[in-house]
Amino acid sequence: MTLRVLAAMSGGVDSAVAAARIAEAGHDVTGVHLALSKNPQSYRTGARGCCTVEDSRDARRAADVIGIPFYIWDMAERFHHDVVEDFVSEYAAGRTPNPCLRCNEKIKFEAVLDRALALGFDAVATGHYARVTADGTLSRAVDPVKDQSYVLGVLTREQLGRAMFPLGDTPKAAVREEAARRGLFVADKPDSHDVCFIADGDTRGFLRERLGPAAGPIVDSTGEVIGSHDGAYAYTVGQRKGLGVGRTPDGRPRYVLSIEPVSNTVTVGSREMLEVTEITAERPIWSGLRVPPATPITCGVQLRAHGEAYGCRVVLDGGRIRIALDRSASGVAAGQAAVFYDGDVVLGSATISAAT
Amino acid sequence: MVYLDHAATTPMLAQAVEAMTAELGQVGNASSLHSSGRRARRIVEESRETIAAALGTRPSEVVFTSGGTEADNLAIKGLYWSRHRADSRRRRVLISAIEHHAVLDPAAWLGESAGAEVTLLDVDQHGRLDPETLRAAIGDDPGGIALISVMWANNEVGTVQPIPELAEIAAGYGIPLHTDAVQAVGKLPISLSGGVDALTVSGHKLGGPLGVGALLLARGVADPVPVLHGGGQERDVRSGTLDTPAIAGFAAAVRFAVEHREATAARLTALRDDLVARVRQAVPDVILNGHPGDRLPGNAHFSFPGCEGDALLMLLDAKGVECSTGSACSAGVAQPSHVLLAMGADAVRARGSLRFSLGHTSTAADVDELVRVIPGVVERARRAGVG
Ligand SMILES: Cc1ncc(COP(=O)(O)O)c(C=O)c1O
Repeated sequence: MTLRVLAAMSGGVDSAVAAARIAEAGHDVTGVHLALSKNPQSYRTGARGCCTVEDSRDARRAADVIGIPFYIWDMAERFHHDVVEDFVSEYAAGRTPNPCLRCNEKIKFEAVLDRALALGFDAVATGHYARVTADGTLSRAVDPVKDQSYVLGVLTREQLGRAMFPLGDTPKAAVREEAARRGLFVADKPDSHDVCFIADGDTRGFLRERLGPAAGPIVDSTGEVIGSHDGAYAYTVGQRKGLGVGRTPDGRPRYVLSIEPVSNTVTVGSREMLEVTEITAERPIWSGLRVPPATPITCGVQLRAHGEAYGCRVVLDGGRIRIALDRSASGVAAGQAAVFYDGDVVLGSATISAAT
Repeated sequence: MVYLDHAATTPMLAQAVEAMTAELGQVGNASSLHSSGRRARRIVEESRETIAAALGTRPSEVVFTSGGTEADNLAIKGLYWSRHRADSRRRRVLISAIEHHAVLDPAAWLGESAGAEVTLLDVDQHGRLDPETLRAAIGDDPGGIALISVMWANNEVGTVQPIPELAEIAAGYGIPLHTDAVQAVGKLPISLSGGVDALTVSGHKLGGPLGVGALLLARGVADPVPVLHGGGQERDVRSGTLDTPAIAGFAAAVRFAVEHREATAARLTALRDDLVARVRQAVPDVILNGHPGDRLPGNAHFSFPGCEGDALLMLLDAKGVECSTGSACSAGVAQPSHVLLAMGADAVRARGSLRFSLGHTSTAADVDELVRVIPGVVERARRAGVG
């Protein structure tokens, strides 16, 4: 069956090859580049981000090579509200957000998907490395290094039902080769990594500019004040460098254990204290199960992008979820997603609120 | 394919293709002294005479450029510089608020980097500049004005400006008036007379090749300071080896377009009126932008309430109907048109607009096809809403 597919094209290799593959499969494909900033110069320049003028030109050139129509959709306001402001307020609340995941959830598979469906498209395709199985569940990509199922783990079953990830069955190296073979000049572009809306890569500076200075104490796990900070938002759980606490009472390094926004306190402790086995998470989405699990389940869980998977037991507790890990994990930050796996298949996800 | 975007560019006329291709295989730099050069120069000068005759001016008043944008830049920057150089009190530049970016941006640039004081002259709800607005803007200090520029007809909404009246006012004060007539030549009676001192023409909007145009400069106006310095080929006002094939094609197109202007205008007006009436029937709440009567023959510009122009354009494109939102792009993101905003439209109405422009190859079948697909397209775009 021929589908009308909207291919989101960032200007990078992956989304270009993804669009080319769907077009070649006989679908009716339209390329769309998402303009995420009113002022593209303020976002990352060069071939790294997802929002520069150069990227939009690259995306258009790729669409021309593939031979599909191409448009630019202005998603700047939505992006600013749902991703950038969310990013800032999450940090302000002492949590560590994942903006890429948020962008998939709110922009690509909500704002863009909704508009696409209204305009008569059947699906949205992206260059993510992940697979949607025949029964409509999300699964890891065959290339374990590139696998992006974690940042898609927040999608609902309905969203996945309208998603196409044509690269999930291919290793990255093969995608680059294919791009070159198809004459997609973007073949050599480096991958994007950093937060695309922070132009100079300085997350702390970005947050300081928006949240202003807010001095507070750095407290050792014993309760002793051993330093000060000028904005708790500049710290992430697990962080060691740049704490500025000088020589600690026992002479051993300290790591950020928690960030408490109300008292504006950053609590630090030894490396061992970072290790957690009990995690609480909220707002579960069970895309891989027909109904939310009634009884505790045993499965795998991934706690950050490109992080390792842990065995765990998951208990539903009202709207909350309690995750008991088989072995300890370190640097688990509130605000990150816990994505549950059964083998390669994503069962669902939830947002981490606490860990001990 | 239904091509309803002739204001963006229109197919070359057969006469222009013939004149141009005849030159493509020839050698000769029109500035060279040998016989190949002389041959090329003869083509260029005959072309200049043809264009001058068609536009009511003298051959010496035609300066070839690489198109409308360059001619506008030469007029705005060049005349500002020369007028300001002659009298340093002349700092003001008066332009209409609905100029093409090829005029708007050079003027803004003069404001930012050359100390010019740019006044954007307000237009009415139809996009028309009232001559009294110009008179008021000149005020009691005509000596402080470097130049005035008002386009002959607007490229987006098609509204025709009262150029003869405006030119008369400017001439009364001895202030040079430039007009961007890119959309008007071949559609309206245009000439470099009655106080119009500088006039921009572009080849590809009237059936000639892309990348060639001219600035007509009336005798008696101080020569503009060049924008392009170099060999001084065009009477030291513009440099660059002349593009003989393009100039030959341009001249053939101007001659044909001006000779057949009345018949073309009558045919396009009838076709356009039919288009407007039937789109209104199909989409009753559509708003026609621009002047109801005094507009370019082939121009129909609408706002579709509840729709985004971008969505309409994409859906029409998918159905093989090509048109334009008419708005400029800034880094690829459509901005609400400054023309519609100047006419008092709000941003939503401005963003929900489309321009259909007819030209010499347009037929009744094109209009039929548009009218056939537009109801479905509008319904879809409405479902997607205004984001
Ligand atoms: C009114 C007007 N002025 C200037 C231009 C620029 O002309 P050209 O494309 O020849 O540079 C255009 C064409 O877009 C136009 O419509």
